[in-house]
Amino acid sequence: MAPRQPSAARGGPRRLEAMDTETARRPSRNGHHADGDPLAATPGPKGGRAGATRDTGHGATEDRPQRRSPLERLVRAVAGGARARVPVADLDERDPDFIRESLPGQWLLASLWFRGEVRGLGNVPEEGPVLLVGNHSGGNVPADSLVFTLAFSTYFGVERRFHQLAHNLVLSMPGLGFLRKYGLVAASPENAAQALNSGAAVLVYPGGDHEVHRPSWEGNTVNFDGRRGFVRLALEHDVPIVPVVAIGGQETALFLGRGEGLARLLMLDKLFRLKVLPLSVAVPWGLNVGDFLGHVPLPAKITVEVLPAIHLREQFGPDPDVDEVYDHVIETMQETLDALASERRLPIIG
Amino acid sequence: MRVGAAIDVAAPPQLVWEFVTDPARYLHFMNGITRWEVTTEQDRGLGARYRTLMRVGSAEVGGLVEIVECDAPRDLAWTSVTGIDQRGRWRLRGIGPTHPARTRVELRLQYGVGGSGIIGWIAEQVAAPAVRENLRRSLQELRRQAEHEQARAAAAARRASSGGGGR
Repeated sequence: MAPRQPSAARGGPRRLEAMDTETARRPSRNGHHADGDPLAATPGPKGGRAGATRDTGHGATEDRPQRRSPLERLVRAVAGGARARVPVADLDERDPDFIRESLPGQWLLASLWFRGEVRGLGNVPEEGPVLLVGNHSGGNVPADSLVFTLAFSTYFGVERRFHQLAHNLVLSMPGLGFLRKYGLVAASPENAAQALNSGAAVLVYPGGDHEVHRPSWEGNTVNFDGRRGFVRLALEHDVPIVPVVAIGGQETALFLGRGEGLARLLMLDKLFRLKVLPLSVAVPWGLNVGDFLGHVPLPAKITVEVLPAIHLREQFGPDPDVDEVYDHVIETMQETLDALASERRLPIIG
Repeated sequence: MRVGAAIDVAAPPQLVWEFVTDPARYLHFMNGITRWEVTTEQDRGLGARYRTLMRVGSAEVGGLVEIVECDAPRDLAWTSVTGIDQRGRWRLRGIGPTHPARTRVELRLQYGVGGSGIIGWIAEQVAAPAVRENLRRSLQELRRQAEHEQARAAAAARRASSGGGGR
């Protein structure tokens, strides 16, 4: 069981429009973070402007009754219901035998459809907890995850504990419960801490829905939307960060935009912690709004490169600055992504 | 799925045996092998374990294997402990009645993932040409290296004998 939050942090969704993306926000119930950074915890290790919380003027009223409009009350009630369905991480749900038996199917898909190529897995420490930080592409059918998790499982063996942090909604969707057998857990500081404490390798995509739905013409850009929770998590647990850079996922459909305004208009951010309502042109839907049912990805070549581990306190001193680490990770990943992009001659073909 | 390849090498079985039992040489002559790492104190012989990986398609596939048969200089077999199911065998047979100078080398590999059903069967079939090609190229490289070693040893012997005759 994930440890419960202090009562002050167990409120429902807050209005956080005033907060910029460089500010760490407080965790809310079940590890949901209204800012979009599911790993943003209470102030952790020192350093940087990102390590500070800002008084929004709303948090202080958490335990006081508020006057709310009927619409807002309705939204909060529905959101509360949706959040209650979010599964709490149970690491025992990971099933190595299930993963092993499904490797051939994954291998077929990754090899024949995506012509996957993963380099540098030897950079992942052979044992012990590690935070794998990746850029994410491909909308709601992220091919880079498939290619990387397959390669990780065959390289280190399914016996090595390996958990992936995913949006709560992925795990709440009917029919996707089987993903928990692969080690998928809802992204929250509690679940991530639980996984790291168990000695697992943990894969996180800080950019989340913001990055995965970026327009195709921004496909070769690492965009974590300023979410620094992963840095604090690595510092708190003193685990190395291993950047994982992937290319090709944003060529599996023509992604037109995130539709953030539309998501706000429909209050999806409050209901489901969805900041986006993406638009794309994808098989078989044509114009695809939301990508809720996924799509058939185009057979774009996926290349993944795993970079050398960053041991934060060895590299940045005993009290690393969160912003400095964040900038270093982004810069390193972007340089690699640029190099991978320069290797590609044609979209999809690779 | 079982795949195999065979080749004749112009070197005696004992010399080829040195190659196939030495884990340090595997990365040099085994095509597609990205890892062949000793994980036990003993580096060869019955009970020795290796962590092995072979690049096939989009992934490096393998696992921990253990030597389960070691009959010098004829048969060396291993089986998987973790990872995908696999059994491998080197089969060396001398060509010729006595003191054979040539060796028939056969490499067999049986692999699969138990419980993966029809999808697993399809994956095994799809992977087979790549695995077979890896084995074929590995044997070619083994032959090149073994015959080079044989030629070098023969030259050294000739030098030694001619040097001895001159005195």
